[in-house]
Amino acid sequence: MNMTDELYQEVILDHNRHARNYHAMTDATHTAEGYNPLCGDHYQVHLKLNDQGVIESLAFEGEGCAISKASLSIMTDALKGKTADEAKALFEAFHDLVTGQAPSKDSDKSLGKLAVFGGVCKFPSRIKCATLGWHALMGALNQSQGRVSTE
Amino acid sequence: MGLDVYTVLNDFPALGQLVHGHYPLVYLDNAATTLKPRQVMDAMNQYYRVDTGNIHRGVHQLSQHATEKYEKTRTTVQRFIQAESPDNIVFTSGTTASINMVAQGYVRKRLSPGDEILITHMEHHANIVPWQMLCEQTGAVLKVAPIDDEGNVLLEAYEHLLTDRTRFVSVGYVSNALGTVNPIDAMIALAHARGVAVLVDAAQAVATLPVDVKALDCDFLAFSGHKLYGPTGVGVLYGKAEALAEMDPVFGGGDMILSVTFEKTLYNRIPARFEAGTPPIAEVIGLGAAIDYVTEIGMAHVASHERGLMQDAQEALQAIPGVRIIGTSPDKAGIVSFVMDGAHPHDIGTILDSLGVAIRAGHHCAQPVMQRFGIAATARVSFGLYNTQADVDHLIAAVNKVREIFA
Ligand SMILES: Cc1ncc(COP(=O)(O)O)c(C=O)c1O
Repeated sequence: MNMTDELYQEVILDHNRHARNYHAMTDATHTAEGYNPLCGDHYQVHLKLNDQGVIESLAFEGEGCAISKASLSIMTDALKGKTADEAKALFEAFHDLVTGQAPSKDSDKSLGKLAVFGGVCKFPSRIKCATLGWHALMGALNQSQGRVSTE
Repeated sequence: MGLDVYTVLNDFPALGQLVHGHYPLVYLDNAATTLKPRQVMDAMNQYYRVDTGNIHRGVHQLSQHATEKYEKTRTTVQRFIQAESPDNIVFTSGTTASINMVAQGYVRKRLSPGDEILITHMEHHANIVPWQMLCEQTGAVLKVAPIDDEGNVLLEAYEHLLTDRTRFVSVGYVSNALGTVNPIDAMIALAHARGVAVLVDAAQAVATLPVDVKALDCDFLAFSGHKLYGPTGVGVLYGKAEALAEMDPVFGGGDMILSVTFEKTLYNRIPARFEAGTPPIAEVIGLGAAIDYVTEIGMAHVASHERGLMQDAQEALQAIPGVRIIGTSPDKAGIVSFVMDGAHPHDIGTILDSLGVAIRAGHHCAQPVMQRFGIAATARVSFGLYNTQADVDHLIAAVNKVREIFA
């Protein structure tokens, strides 16, 4: 596989073309914005957290490159039904993956579909694209209510 | 006789390299910075290997050699832009520094609250932010001349924005985001008709057109060495003698003074007054070598060579389904900005890079231009004197590959 094929895997291209959970959410408990001023990628991430601390549903809106959009699409799928702590742990594993840190044994398994972003670490200028939505999500989870902006 | 691009290729060591192991570099990001010819590196090397000395202050031979070469570049720059005298040439660290220097040293003291500074909608951030800062400091107001859908300044609107409150005009000569060559002489004449002084941001222009400050009649003109095949860290501020005489130094320190006592300091003559501290000596010498290099080729030849490549690239890109050119002025330099259905500029840039084709993707430090065209970013191709028809072919093949991936 050449370098770009490794980055733009079919799964990523598919999620870019047909993003999942790509809509507004009227009953969101948390919403945050992800903005990368360098390339203009700009998203809103919405989620609904129930009383047990479980993420019941997620959605996102906005525009950006294929990597950021596919990352949000797959992330919003992957986190449904997870607790906030589980989401944080998954972000750490994902962050290690895209920045090229050696994965710990069990994080490899837990990543599931997110593993398609393994090619990103060879494109240092694109790591921010892959993590943009995650940073926004972490911002949303860390706030009690309202909006935060992440870079 | 035009520019024989195949003889210049060998002067640029960076061009020989393979990208990602096996793709010969196709460098199409010249508006960001150009590659440097051997001649520039040799001149800088000579300074570091042999002539290292500080300038204007040594009795020894090294200092004298360094001073001679530094001052010789002033004359080289003077001739390059057709200035009256070497005393019209101030060395700075780049276009950005030159513009800030004029804003703080020349324009600031002329402003009262409600006065106006006029720029255009296609300026680089370097020709927006210094004026916003100045407005903040003085209560002056920044006015912006609009542009049309092709990326041309609307001259009539520009003229209407020149009011009796306008104190200064600062305009780009060639837009780095759109490629537009502005009707700068008309814009300067209109400002002068109202007694308003004009700074020309020539960061892109000097590398792509013959520039003649006497013919333009601009009061100030700014450019950077690194976009002109020279080193980073050095730039030029040209000023008319009267304009420089009315400008206050922004930086104080060594070399810009005649005498210092705690009671009173006498400033040095112009232009030394504006070059406080030890300047980038090697870089100034390198800039001199860069200008000698392009002068020998001839800027008129460079201009027509790059325009030819730009037109070919623009036509070929336009023929690719889903591609839209941003900036279609009839008067353009060697720059093509474009967007593509279904493929974000960032993705285009990454795929092109993986095939050895270096372009820029983003807002090009001209976010208001992006807002004007309702986009977040573009992919931008910009030509240099060493680019060839084969480079255009590689570019088009690579963009077609993007289309395959994202179709
Ligand atoms: C039109 C224009 N003005 C100003 C600048 C700023 O130049 P520098 O960063 O060298 O100071 C640039 C560089 O991108 C430019 O293209």
